[in-house]
Amino acid sequence: MNTRMICTECPKGCALSVTVHDGRVISVRGNECNRGVHFAHQEIENPKRLLTSTVCAEGLSVRMVPVRTDRPIPKDKLQEGMALIHTLRIKDPVNIGEVIVTRFLDLDVNLISTRSVK
Amino acid sequence: MREYELVIVGGGPAGMAAALSAREHGINDILLLERDRCLGGILNQCIHPGFGITYYKEILTGPEYAERFIKGIHAAPEIDVRLQAFVVDLNKEKIMTVLRPGSMERIKAKALIMATGCRERTREMAHIAGTRPSGIYPAGLAQKMINMEGWLPGNEVVVVGSGDIGLIMARRFSLEGAMVKGVVEIKPTCSGLIRNVVQCLEDFNIPLYLGHKIARICGHDRVERVTVVRVNDDLNEIPGSAFDITCDTVLLSAGLIPENELIEMAGVKIDKNTNTPISDEVNTTSIPGLFVCGNAFKVYDVVDWVTKDSEEAGIQAALYIKRNP
Ligand code: SF4
Repeated sequence: MNTRMICTECPKGCALSVTVHDGRVISVRGNECNRGVHFAHQEIENPKRLLTSTVCAEGLSVRMVPVRTDRPIPKDKLQEGMALIHTLRIKDPVNIGEVIVTRFLDLDVNLISTRSVK
Repeated sequence: MREYELVIVGGGPAGMAAALSAREHGINDILLLERDRCLGGILNQCIHPGFGITYYKEILTGPEYAERFIKGIHAAPEIDVRLQAFVVDLNKEKIMTVLRPGSMERIKAKALIMATGCRERTREMAHIAGTRPSGIYPAGLAQKMINMEGWLPGNEVVVVGSGDIGLIMARRFSLEGAMVKGVVEIKPTCSGLIRNVVQCLEDFNIPLYLGHKIARICGHDRVERVTVVRVNDDLNEIPGSAFDITCDTVLLSAGLIPENELIEMAGVKIDKNTNTPISDEVNTTSIPGLFVCGNAFKVYDVVDWVTKDSEEAGIQAALYIKRNP
């Protein structure tokens, strides 16, 4: 079976033509770099997205601390991730890259701060 | 009146890159003015990933990209940073008046780099008919409300215009639990990046109405619905194609206007169509020693190019200062 998809790994947005057999990727065409091949595999086998959002700060210099998952998480877990993020509060200063939640949603992923906040 | 070798107005990505590059090229008396409470500019509210792919060969979020430059600025004693500093006038001698909480100061620059960015086009500029209820926001303003202030400006949203900010905000509203009912684009093609159509709209089942426009916005105190019509190749309304979408919020992603009122005040020749300086060479203006970089010079698609060209502005200013001691 042939599927078409857009590689979202970079702003070029290559149009990929992917041959799939039994849920497995056989070949990828149209990618301008190797990341496109990896993207096609992931998109067919287990589509993932990086989740970025904000967490409420209390008593800090900003109201909201921007955060992201340090790796992409399964696409169908995005809303569950948001529900968890809504329950969080950050009360102490954080550094950029500091872990806010380890094993986010019991995945092998951490939620990290993307800004240093005093 | 205090005189600096180089004054840079704007502490976003353009101003920070220009400051660091000028310093690297031997300028050690630099004043960086920023009107907000912190450096970083628009990047602080762009919490989504996609920055730095060409400059750093990494995929960063806006705040992460900004922080690399902020650290560089704070580590440079030659760069004097003033926050909450607002330039209210400028003349061709490069003398400006700077307002800060509780103070007003005149400052002269030997060379000046304006890195003032751009602002969003409003509903009035987009000529959308209808009533004037609350609930109509430029997409970037809504982004600031959600990502910086923690307010969700609405629950049922229609986005007008398919620029990248509009697409990214469609995803952001969806993640925050709002219902995004559609993105309406008058042109037959999407104006944002195709990757954003995929990861911001298709991932969340948000319809994209290409070749459609908003005929009117309805509602008394708050937006209640919009009427959408299909348009033909000449962008005229096709009779009988109208349908309503109920919503409480309309986001406009109708383009950006470079912010150049200060240099216009100083007498720089401006192209009135684009609101950018008339110039043959990147970053230069009709006044020698007065440079403009980043989105104020032209609207860039990617911050990485803003950084590259603004570093060039730092070099141009350094050369000018050395040649005019
Ligand atoms: S295949 Fe490579 S170049 Fe093409 S969009 Fe994907 S990452 Fe970018």
